[in-house]
Amino acid sequence: MNSLELSSLYQLTMVRFRLLLREPEAIFWIFIFPILLAVGLGIAFRNRPADVLQVAATTAQLTQALNADKGLTAATMDEGSGAHALATGSILLLAIQRPEGVAYKFDDTNPDARTARQLVDRAIQTAAGRREAVRAENELVHETGARYIDFVVPGLLGMNLMGSAMWGLGFSIVEARQKKLLKRLVASPMPRWQYLMSFLLSRLAMLVVEVVVFLGFARVAFGVPFRGSLLQLGLLCVMTSMAFSALGLLVSSRAKTMEAASGLMNLVMLPMWILSGVFFSATRFPAAIQPLVLALPLTAAIDALRGNMLQGMNIGQMITQVGILLAWFVVPFAVSLRIFRWR
Amino acid sequence: MDYGLSSQTAKALASGPSLMLRGVRKVYGDVKAVDGLDLEVARGECFGLLGPNGAGKTTTIEICEGLTAPDAGTVELLGLNWRAGAGELRQRIGVQLQETQFPDKLTVEETLRLFRSFFKRGISVDESIETAQLEEKRASRVAGLSGGQKQRLAMACALVGDPELLFLDEPTTGLDPQARRHLWDLVDRLKQAGRTIILTTHYMEEAERLCDRVAIMDHGRVIALGTPQQLIATVGGEDIVELAVGSADTSRTVVDAALLRAIPGVQSLVVDEGLHRLSVSELHTAVPRIFAVLREQGLHLSEFRTHSASLEDVFVRLTGRNLRDE
Repeated sequence: MNSLELSSLYQLTMVRFRLLLREPEAIFWIFIFPILLAVGLGIAFRNRPADVLQVAATTAQLTQALNADKGLTAATMDEGSGAHALATGSILLLAIQRPEGVAYKFDDTNPDARTARQLVDRAIQTAAGRREAVRAENELVHETGARYIDFVVPGLLGMNLMGSAMWGLGFSIVEARQKKLLKRLVASPMPRWQYLMSFLLSRLAMLVVEVVVFLGFARVAFGVPFRGSLLQLGLLCVMTSMAFSALGLLVSSRAKTMEAASGLMNLVMLPMWILSGVFFSATRFPAAIQPLVLALPLTAAIDALRGNMLQGMNIGQMITQVGILLAWFVVPFAVSLRIFRWR
Repeated sequence: MDYGLSSQTAKALASGPSLMLRGVRKVYGDVKAVDGLDLEVARGECFGLLGPNGAGKTTTIEICEGLTAPDAGTVELLGLNWRAGAGELRQRIGVQLQETQFPDKLTVEETLRLFRSFFKRGISVDESIETAQLEEKRASRVAGLSGGQKQRLAMACALVGDPELLFLDEPTTGLDPQARRHLWDLVDRLKQAGRTIILTTHYMEEAERLCDRVAIMDHGRVIALGTPQQLIATVGGEDIVELAVGSADTSRTVVDAALLRAIPGVQSLVVDEGLHRLSVSELHTAVPRIFAVLREQGLHLSEFRTHSASLEDVFVRLTGRNLRDE
């Protein structure tokens, strides 16, 4: 045996890896689930190209004029079937040829119908020979970083770091306590700090895989921007993971059963899923609870991750969030070391 | 195999007891789990703590292992105590606890490698696998082991540090007879290698088979102490007769104790819920006389059996209760 094989910290850390990798559910929740969630949200909130509006006209000549506009598709129908199509919402506007000119039949409370009115009128007037008084051109902008998917990816990353750290630590520790393995370990000469350290070390290594897989996917599939330093992004992920590991340790430091631990975990995590701005901005909550919202570790983590990825801010500009994360690491860790139940 | 060599060396270097308890007490709520215990275990001895569930065996052994702090009294192992010498003691003792479940998804070898890494010196993982006869299961996950194999793995984990003092807490509870005998053979080999072993059990035959000396515990106290042979001799007779009677006309099921005691060769009598237990020194002459007494009384035997006196009978004589009742 070489010296690494004989090192208890190495052996404890390897045990953590083996147990994690041999648990198929854990692999799903840590690696697959966030990607599935990102895909789902990416599809639901994708930015669609500007809509083409459905309209109709009573003569073939008018229809041809309308179809000349790229924003419209037109069909020819008589007044009766056109009125029915309007009523069922399959067209937004019906242009009716009258002896004295054209009449537009539409619902002016529907914004799309009002837009159709403008486009239809412009198309018909242009076909009749109207010329613009002022020449105008469109320059279109689709900014990456302002899309919903850009907003939600750092949120999902933060949420995932929270979940994997808390469940990873909490569940294993409570299971070991319940199965009397903790008691057996402290009956051996194992240094106790190494047991806890092995969790942090294995977490750090899994973190690299977890973050790279998820962000790599977000980059390739959605072109999510990375405007800040990647090194600092990595550092923020480490700080986030350590803060939640400490919180997971605290939650599991006394619990004797899985049920008690699960309940505590959900009690701690659920408010953060809602309040910390994973899916929508946390600033939507009333001003009165904002101090509370901002002090939550997940809020600090997600704000910092968004600051780095979307706004290219460096850690010096986000000293508040970094401070909050560090506090959430130091305090729970110190408390759990004091109250930890080894048997 | 040279397991135990180092403990013999240690034995040669230091004399004095391996384990010494003086006036140890432990109270949980209003239950006196351990109530003033004095024990001394010599080096190389296999010492058994015997008693029913709840007698305080596990609390006692966990106090010795440094897992539970006693409320009062002194505990000394290998000349050290837990306050000052915990670090060194952990390196020099081996522990097998009741109901430890090792992680299901680790293999036998991985589990032993982990435990081996905690000790500065000890036997190799291969040796521990060989000692526990788990060669065929080396690469199997813990989940796939039988009860006996799991217990032998626990034993191997206790042995990887080549301990001078080995604690086994109910090593065969819940095992089938074959697995139990297998584990006894393992303990036998460890004994022959000169290790000091302290084990708890509520199986009499286990204590008789394995232990050089036995302390019988009840309600947190030692009620008898000695070699199994000495303790069995205190019962008075070599054989035990158990009988129960019913009579055709009455519901009387208790035989007049004076009549039974008067029979030559009957040393003592205990009646427990209609079951008469007599310790007898001359079985071949005493039994016909017992039958004669019952016939005179018009009583009919509903149960009758005899066996050689055992530690079980010692416990019954001392407490009036059966060991396995609780």
